[in-house]
Amino acid sequence: MANASEVAEKAERDDIRSRWLLSAPALLIVFLAAVGPLLIVVVYSFLTPGNYGDVKWQFSIDAWVNVLLERDVFDDTLSLAGAHLLIFWRSVSLSALTTILTLIFGFPTAYFIATRPEGRREIWLFLITIPFWTNLLIRTFAVEEVLRNDGIINSTLQLLGITDHPVQLLYTNFAVLLGMVYVFLPLMVLPLYASMEKIDFRLVEAAYDLYATRFQVLRRIIIPLVKPGVVAGSILVFIPSLGAYVTPRVLGGGTNLMIGNLIELQFGQGRNWPLGAALSISLMAIVMVALLVYVRNTTRLDGDHG
Amino acid sequence: MLRATQPAIEARGVTRLFAGTGQNAIRALDNVSVSISENEFFTLLGPSGCGKTTLLRLIAGFDFPTAGEILLHGQDIAQLPPYKRPVNTVFQSYALFPHMTVAENIGFGLKMLGKPKAFIDARVDAMLRLVHMEALRNRRTSQISGGQQQRVALARALAPQPKVLLLDEPLSALDYKLRKEMQIELKRLQHETGITFIFVTHDQEEALTMSDRIAVMSAGRIRQVGTPGDIYGRPAERFVANFIGETNFLTAAITVTGDCKVRATLQSGATIDATVAEGFQPNGSATIVVRPEHARLISGAGDLSGTVDNIVYFGTDTNIHVHLDGGEAFTVRQQNARSASCGFQRGDRVGISIGNNVAQVLRD
Repeated sequence: MANASEVAEKAERDDIRSRWLLSAPALLIVFLAAVGPLLIVVVYSFLTPGNYGDVKWQFSIDAWVNVLLERDVFDDTLSLAGAHLLIFWRSVSLSALTTILTLIFGFPTAYFIATRPEGRREIWLFLITIPFWTNLLIRTFAVEEVLRNDGIINSTLQLLGITDHPVQLLYTNFAVLLGMVYVFLPLMVLPLYASMEKIDFRLVEAAYDLYATRFQVLRRIIIPLVKPGVVAGSILVFIPSLGAYVTPRVLGGGTNLMIGNLIELQFGQGRNWPLGAALSISLMAIVMVALLVYVRNTTRLDGDHG
Repeated sequence: MLRATQPAIEARGVTRLFAGTGQNAIRALDNVSVSISENEFFTLLGPSGCGKTTLLRLIAGFDFPTAGEILLHGQDIAQLPPYKRPVNTVFQSYALFPHMTVAENIGFGLKMLGKPKAFIDARVDAMLRLVHMEALRNRRTSQISGGQQQRVALARALAPQPKVLLLDEPLSALDYKLRKEMQIELKRLQHETGITFIFVTHDQEEALTMSDRIAVMSAGRIRQVGTPGDIYGRPAERFVANFIGETNFLTAAITVTGDCKVRATLQSGATIDATVAEGFQPNGSATIVVRPEHARLISGAGDLSGTVDNIVYFGTDTNIHVHLDGGEAFTVRQQNARSASCGFQRGDRVGISIGNNVAQVLRD
């Protein structure tokens, strides 16, 4: 007869096995859909571009060199790739601005919803999610319609006589920024609301009682307590902003590219798949570094709650 | 009791209406006037929903009266925001800031007032000593016990040296023993700081032990204001007599026999002498009250007579429920002697002796 410890061991082994079995489908999908393609991208980034797209199975680090440097056509010397750096800079700065602006606009919105009486909040949350019902492309084209030279803004300005020729709004960094703020705002509002809703508003009363003015209550009580939501919202907005493709393509025209567009270019007209692959991995690296720096900074300042 | 020339806090005709369903607005406070002296431990006592917390919130500035004035040392503060009132609150839930240490919580008010850091540090140290919490200076408020949180909440509210300290049922979350300790602690703090305390509670025992004066509230009104002795010994109306302590209510026919003195004739025909509050003229029938511990059970004939119905023993005392000959129920409380028995048994014929100045006529 098996003794008790053997029975327990067997039960544990069965338990572990059934856990693996149960999570196997998910693990398989993650592997096939994420890890596999990622490996392919890594491998491609070390190959030579083919003549009509595709790759030649010939090892080369040219793609990685070309991410940051460019070879002079005449004397073969390397210099910094100004165009790429500009696009990297534009991506990072526009994404950072998008994050800051969605935070500025999203914070009061989330506060408003969180302070509504219970039962009304759901209605406001529902309204916040309505834009998700429409395809991103369509929403972006809607913004384009508004910003066009003969769009609502310009025709109104001209009607009022403020300007006699259309102001160039479309195909500018401003247009890209506006589009991204519009698209990503709900992603900021929702996590902000989630942490604001948890605030005990008696703390706000206590702070008022202890001579804190409205501004001080915001700075000393509400913002520190909402910090987990700020961190989550910023991550949710910053990362997809960095990889944004549709918005800069439609609203930035061909001139205000972001990393996503640059990558697409290499796989399309550029016919340089290895460079596209190297750029993709660079983008991931930027995201990871930015994330690490951000999370480390916010948790250090924040102490242990949250 | 020492009375300052000007009250620390005075409410004049304060009414607070809350929007209700239909046309009936809820009258949380109905024309409340009360005056609280400097350095007084004043308690607002009443069941939940009586308006005591609403009155406290009006004084703190979290809410504003629909009508009436709230004066702090003679100045109307009813419309000032909370951060402009030299009044601090100890909240029922403590409401300590979870993202700050004990010391940061205590120093918060002074920091908001723009005091220099050295001053704040010194004051925080003094407050920590006052509430015996020196060792927990740098703890997070989530890492300390309920009783300790209570002390931090007190220290935080006292640190800015308010003119008046408001306490909203601060002891209700503590267990019995800790509550008893904190009651004494609060009395000590009030004595040492010399600050006017306004204390809200629904616990009559707590109110009687701690207060200089008590205002008994019900349905948005103040029913009686007085010292614990006044409130307990000379309740003005049925609500007060009923809410505080145990009481025997007897309906009787009243004949005035002298200044503030009447003779009350019960259903059974028995008569007892009772006192009346000054300026109150009862006529015909009225309710008289006798506290159970003010009556004495005897085996012979007394002022009243009846049969023992039930005997309830609880440690220090025994309650003996008597069925009076007139049909009323009457409870006598007697202190237990060393021998366990109270000397009576169910079914015994007993007399009840009621001394002078014990029975009182209520203003219903």
